[in-house]
Amino acid sequence: MKLMLGNEAVARGLYEAGVTVASSYPGTPSTEITEFAALYEEINAEWAPNEKVAAEAAIGASIDGSRSFCAMKHVGLNVAADPLYTASYTGVNGGLVFAVADDPGMHSSQNEQDSRHHAIASKVAMVEPSDSAECKEFTKMAYDLSEQFDTPVIIRLSTRVSHSQSLVEENERADYIKKPYVKNIAKYVMMPAGAKPRHVFVEERTKKLIAYGDNCPFNKVIDNKSDIGVISSGAAFQYAAEALGDSVNYLKIGLVTPLPEKLIRDFAASVKTLYVIEELDDIIETHCKKMGLSVIGKELFSFCGELSQAIIAEKILKKTAETYTLDINVPVRPPVMCAGCPHRGVFSILNKLKLRVSGDIGCYTLGASAPLSAVDTTVCMGASVSGLHGMNLSNPENAKKTVAVIGDSTFMHSGITGLVNICYNRTNSTVIVLDNSITGMTGHQQNPATGITLKGDVTAAVNIEALCKAVGIRRVRVCDPYNLSDVETAVKEEIAAEEPSVIIARRPCALLKNVKHNPAFTITDCRGCKACLRLGCPAIFNREKTVEIDKSQCVGCGICKDVCKFNCISEGKV
Amino acid sequence: MNKSILICGVGGQGTLLASRLIGHVLIEKGVDVKVSEVHGMSQRGGSVVTYVKYGEKVTSPVIEKGEADIIIAFEQLEAARYLPYLKKGGKMLVSTQRIDPMPVISGNALYPDDIIGKVKALGIEVIAVDALKLATEAGSAKASNVVMMGVLSKAWDIPEELWQKAIDECVPKKFLELNKKAFKLGQQA
Repeated sequence: MKLMLGNEAVARGLYEAGVTVASSYPGTPSTEITEFAALYEEINAEWAPNEKVAAEAAIGASIDGSRSFCAMKHVGLNVAADPLYTASYTGVNGGLVFAVADDPGMHSSQNEQDSRHHAIASKVAMVEPSDSAECKEFTKMAYDLSEQFDTPVIIRLSTRVSHSQSLVEENERADYIKKPYVKNIAKYVMMPAGAKPRHVFVEERTKKLIAYGDNCPFNKVIDNKSDIGVISSGAAFQYAAEALGDSVNYLKIGLVTPLPEKLIRDFAASVKTLYVIEELDDIIETHCKKMGLSVIGKELFSFCGELSQAIIAEKILKKTAETYTLDINVPVRPPVMCAGCPHRGVFSILNKLKLRVSGDIGCYTLGASAPLSAVDTTVCMGASVSGLHGMNLSNPENAKKTVAVIGDSTFMHSGITGLVNICYNRTNSTVIVLDNSITGMTGHQQNPATGITLKGDVTAAVNIEALCKAVGIRRVRVCDPYNLSDVETAVKEEIAAEEPSVIIARRPCALLKNVKHNPAFTITDCRGCKACLRLGCPAIFNREKTVEIDKSQCVGCGICKDVCKFNCISEGKV
Repeated sequence: MNKSILICGVGGQGTLLASRLIGHVLIEKGVDVKVSEVHGMSQRGGSVVTYVKYGEKVTSPVIEKGEADIIIAFEQLEAARYLPYLKKGGKMLVSTQRIDPMPVISGNALYPDDIIGKVKALGIEVIAVDALKLATEAGSAKASNVVMMGVLSKAWDIPEELWQKAIDECVPKKFLELNKKAFKLGQQA
């Protein structure tokens, strides 16, 4: 038995199921699945530029006959929704499984969507494990289900399942024999003539899956001889089991789409009071109510945030834990840009110039936090560039005081299409690519601009300057974000230009292992103007009348020296 | 009866390694274990917390208010933040390190005085250690997390050899000696 993250266990499941192709885009809390999958020589695992490309690569591999896989976070499934909804019609050749990790509580996400809606809308099967052992088993079983019912299968995870470690037993890899590819236009070419009969097939498949759910290894009844019943799934089942123990009967649903009917009806008939305990939306509850069953669900539990054993104990048992309280005001500790983060210099200039900043998804979203407070909008991957174009269409004068900021990985993901639109439909927009040469926030994943693959092989690197020029940007310039005057000049000139422009602020993430740091800077004769504190650097501390640099954190980026009007900050000695 | 250990600190202080070490120790002990981690945004210098739960059969991986038997805090302010998670009669192990959060750095909030004294005044058993100093003595300030594991080993009934085995398995070879020293200094603190 080995202690494994849920994500590591999914990867183990891929290995044991004989999977050979895995294509994903990183996204918390799903990232480690594909990183662990890449450790198996037998799995050809890769980072694709975005989830749609990844999903399509997995679909192609499945049609060719391989067992294939694609992982993403919940919002990534929106990007991959287009191929998913039609892959539901084509069905599979080799088993095709997606993993989608929801983030109830929004630990590291921009929304709290419930991915079960995508499974319902695309009419594919979805399974939901509750711990790491189930992550592995459900992954393996998902491949059999996919091939048996000719459907893509989605494994729904959540932060607490993906990022909790529990015990897993490892087994041998299955001897999966790749299916032969046979040309089948009616199944794989989805033009209306082929798609109409496939839609009929999908509806029939759903009926079969509903019947399968009545007696399948994903769903189970735990009978504790109680007259109270609880229907639950995923992490919520674990919370319910802890709060209520063996005082109630459980119907633990593992096949969450489509939901079974007879199994639920029989379980409901066996108890007097029936609760549905599910995180986020009321999907099981609505299903029960549609069948005419009387259940208690969202009148007790919120649509927002994570559930927990404490919430369930409070709502159902009316019990709350005794706690200690300290009578002090504890200041919040929000995440911050790291000491030496190359994004800081750019945001300090954008703040200084009081520009409107169309932001994006990544570490640099933290540019919205005090004291820099430089970012105005963050919607989704790529929206900085396309949204900036919209702002400038709305009022062309905006172009003189508005920029977009986007990281290198996000630019590869879906920023480039927005830039094409800027050129094609002509707004004088200025896009700043914050090129830190890595996918930062998710924990340092390679991307097409870094020239290194997930497996660590050297490959072609996208040349961002040449790419921008190729789509029609004539004004492309590169600057070093540690050089504040250089950044300021670049930004002022490009927003003033009467044509679209791109500034690439290039410097690798300060946390990368191969990045050499300078000795810590020092402050002498501080006048207490506190201009350096406005950089929001975690290595600079406020000490009543003066400031101090924390030597253990400072990496010598030097931008504080540039903002000190009294020349009190100097380079450290080697 | 299941037991719960909550580890809190600031992103970058190594709470993940600490919870994994405890997890390894517990597997060797032969009990059911769950370790819950937080990755992503909060790792960027934010407040971070990990949970270790063990016993005959662990269901929920998370620790709620009033449930932790032991809280290990790598920083004083985080000790104050997570105090409500301590079970009545539970113990607190605190590294006396102070790391100012951004609202304090930017002058919008004050770092509270004498946190440890105030926690003790509630009648809670607190073991406070200057883990940063001991880690530096061992060779790297980054090893404060392992110093705190040494502190935990005294407050917790686990055979010494299980700890050594866990350190061997979880720590990169390059840093093994340093971390063993850090652990020992924590034990002696």
